[in-house]
Amino acid sequence: MSTPNLHPGLNLGTRHGAAHEGAETIVFGFWIFLMSDLVIFGLVFASYLTVANPMGMAGGPGPADAFDLRSVFIQTMILLTSSLTFGFATLAMRHEHGRRAIAVWLGVSLLLGLGFLVMELRDFAHMIEVGAVPQRSGFWSAFWGLVPLHGLHVAIGCLWIVVMLVQMAVLGLIPVVKTRLLRLGLFWHFLDLIWVAIFSIVYLGGLMP
Amino acid sequence: MSNAILGRLDLSSLSIWRAIENPTGSELIGAGAAMLVIVGGLAAVILLTWFRLWKPLWRDWLTSVDHKRIGIMYCALALIMLARGVIEGALMRTQQAFGLHGGFLAPDHFSELFSTHGTIMIFFVAMPFIAGVINYVMPLQIGARDMAFPVMNQISLGLTATGAALVMISLVLGEFSTGGWANYPPYTGGDFQPGPGPDYWIWAIVLAGIGTTLSGINFAVTIYKERAPGMDFLRMPIFCWTVICTSIIMVFALPPLTVAALMLAADRYLDFHFFTNDLGGNMMNYVNLFWLFGHPEVYLLVIPCYGIFSEVISTFSGKRIYGYMSMVYATMSIAVLSFCVWLHHFFTMGQSASINVAFGIASMAIAVPTGIKVYNWMATLFRGRVRMTVPMIYATGFFYLFVVGGLTGVMLANPVISFQVHNTLFLVAHFHNVIIPGVLFGLLAGYHYWFPKAFGFRLHEGWGRAAALLWIAGFSFTFLPLYWLGLQGMPRRSVTFSDPAFQPMMWLALFGAALIVSALGCIAVQLWISIRKRDQLAVPLGDPWNGRSLEWSIPAPPPAYNFAVLPQVCARDDFAEAKADGRAYRAPGQYEDIEMPDNTAIGMIVCVCATLLGLALVFWIWWLAILSFAAMILALIGRTFRVNARHVIPAAEIAAEHRAWLARIEAAPAVDRLEETHERNLGRAVLEQPGRLEAAQ
Repeated sequence: MSTPNLHPGLNLGTRHGAAHEGAETIVFGFWIFLMSDLVIFGLVFASYLTVANPMGMAGGPGPADAFDLRSVFIQTMILLTSSLTFGFATLAMRHEHGRRAIAVWLGVSLLLGLGFLVMELRDFAHMIEVGAVPQRSGFWSAFWGLVPLHGLHVAIGCLWIVVMLVQMAVLGLIPVVKTRLLRLGLFWHFLDLIWVAIFSIVYLGGLMP
Repeated sequence: MSNAILGRLDLSSLSIWRAIENPTGSELIGAGAAMLVIVGGLAAVILLTWFRLWKPLWRDWLTSVDHKRIGIMYCALALIMLARGVIEGALMRTQQAFGLHGGFLAPDHFSELFSTHGTIMIFFVAMPFIAGVINYVMPLQIGARDMAFPVMNQISLGLTATGAALVMISLVLGEFSTGGWANYPPYTGGDFQPGPGPDYWIWAIVLAGIGTTLSGINFAVTIYKERAPGMDFLRMPIFCWTVICTSIIMVFALPPLTVAALMLAADRYLDFHFFTNDLGGNMMNYVNLFWLFGHPEVYLLVIPCYGIFSEVISTFSGKRIYGYMSMVYATMSIAVLSFCVWLHHFFTMGQSASINVAFGIASMAIAVPTGIKVYNWMATLFRGRVRMTVPMIYATGFFYLFVVGGLTGVMLANPVISFQVHNTLFLVAHFHNVIIPGVLFGLLAGYHYWFPKAFGFRLHEGWGRAAALLWIAGFSFTFLPLYWLGLQGMPRRSVTFSDPAFQPMMWLALFGAALIVSALGCIAVQLWISIRKRDQLAVPLGDPWNGRSLEWSIPAPPPAYNFAVLPQVCARDDFAEAKADGRAYRAPGQYEDIEMPDNTAIGMIVCVCATLLGLALVFWIWWLAILSFAAMILALIGRTFRVNARHVIPAAEIAAEHRAWLARIEAAPAVDRLEETHERNLGRAVLEQPGRLEAAQ
């Protein structure tokens, strides 16, 4: 228990040997990548906020015309749950519960991620129906620049989970697969954080009277 | 207009065809440039085939993950692009010299020239040159075997080369943006420039920018995690400190550029309204995003050059750098302040006076840490064992000229003055005055300083001196007159002018441009002569300048694994200390096997796919865009299935090489500093007299 952490976030512990040691550099590098990605989201948020006003909406539909808070709330719950299940996958790896347990939790997270994407796409379809398209106004351009950017990240995360499931089967739980799962975990939780900001700023903020 | 196979690519996209249809001087110059690209490319292919170099090129260079080779390739790319950038600059000077009521270039062609000139000089000369020097030097200075992520390093190079390739291809196919290097919308939006020009800019910048972000991550992690035992942060050479600051800027300041360019792409391709005039678009968002990148960017460029000058001045004064801690603090302060001043690029664009004042004061504040650095460099020279070698000539030019550039920067940081001279040649003079003496002189000094380390022979001193003096004189004649012209009110980016009073200074500037072109010629000749005379210039023992940091403690060129055994660092300027107390050049007790990463083609695959992707997007060839993007993603995923891509270099082999080198050191004559540029200098230095050194400290 008293082994020092080699990198921020969950450490695998010394009994994982090379995977634990190697994570020091690799996971640290991934944190720096996430910082860079965070800057991207921060800037897109800032751009959104500068046009979230009547001038940016240019007489077109506003948030109240297009957002469906119930659906977005369910998406939020799904995504938060997927973070929990991903956490279980990481713990299963750390405590050596075997490939099967890890794969099951990864699979559950994948399904939740896909569920989130399906619901989000349905919301987008509804927005297109009511004319809340990016070609309509600067406001909707910024919205479509921000929220689908997060959705794209979730889609990449899902693809990454699939690749990791294949690699666990093909390569086994070798050190590099373990550190990749650690990084994927960070990525997945990071997307949750971004979503919390989107839910609060875009959806709750947009629907505030 | 657009078809399924070739998109909007047709015969009129060929600049040579346009010149045949409409043979004006301006079009013919464009066609000539296109021919130059084609002939140059063909000549390269023929030479490589003739000398049977394809295989070595592929095996030793293009697929290498060795940070040293990647660094050299970055520098080669930068020098090729520098030639184009300088020629474009000279062409613009010529146009303006004859530009009273006319000239020979069409306005659009002139606009293309200043757009490509700026884009190339910043993104495809300064940035790759810096990435190259950092790649080569930084791991050696901290005692590492390679970058933290060698394969990602190769991918970064591939993406940078993609951007450069797209800009080169724009000479032949289609045309480049006419919106300047900052490419401001709405002028670069679909309404005003529907052609492929701005799209070239967007995809060259986005793809190369992703590569630079990855480089920044790589540099930062390498310094944080791969330092040799005992190499504490405060024992690192100043250059490595500047690399930390630059990589922080790369990680945080490149995203705004990517975001701005991709939003502009959304406007152009998908009819979004981020930056349009109508329907709630806000072009000020672009300007803010661009300069959120753009200002840290100039410090990204100049900070490593401060590091190079620190190394050069300390080595060629035979002293440790004066005020090490204040150098570290100053570098960090500049890096942090660089994020707080972006608004001074658009004082005149409508924000309130108090906001302008805040940013004006922040901008002026940067002069304080920079001033500290200049005084530290001068104090390092004071009573040092100064030798006026080529890097020191550049450093001297830098002192005089860069201070002038810095002071005009302080003038421009005052919003009141900025309102008077913004968008005039005064500004053009200012930023060339900081970037050429600061960045370019620094990089050229570094090129001369580390060249013998990389290739095992020195660069020819005489031609180097000629080049350095011509650069200094050429810069002064070209750009100092532009201050005067700017104060007289001549706007920048003007293809013609109507006031005859501008003419004499324009001629003076043209004379300066001729000097700069000859400086570039001298550099080419120098490289050629140095290669021819490499036996006389050889410094295989690795320490031609009586160096102070770890990169000089190994052979030149260094082995692939850099250090036979990882050094145990005991002090700042460890190699100088080691030479003084006799620790240097000792055989270690035992050697160990070294594991190094295998070569891989992934960087080249990414480069080719990304170039095709960029071209496909520029010309709306959607099938090719999808195909090349999918191929790139599949290749990257496929690569992750290749684990254990490493090979072992056996200890016996390392021991044999290292002992042979130590034996040569033992046998070789050591030279003193008077013979530094003499044939006798094989790369082993006489220890300076301790008394003299102490007096100097």
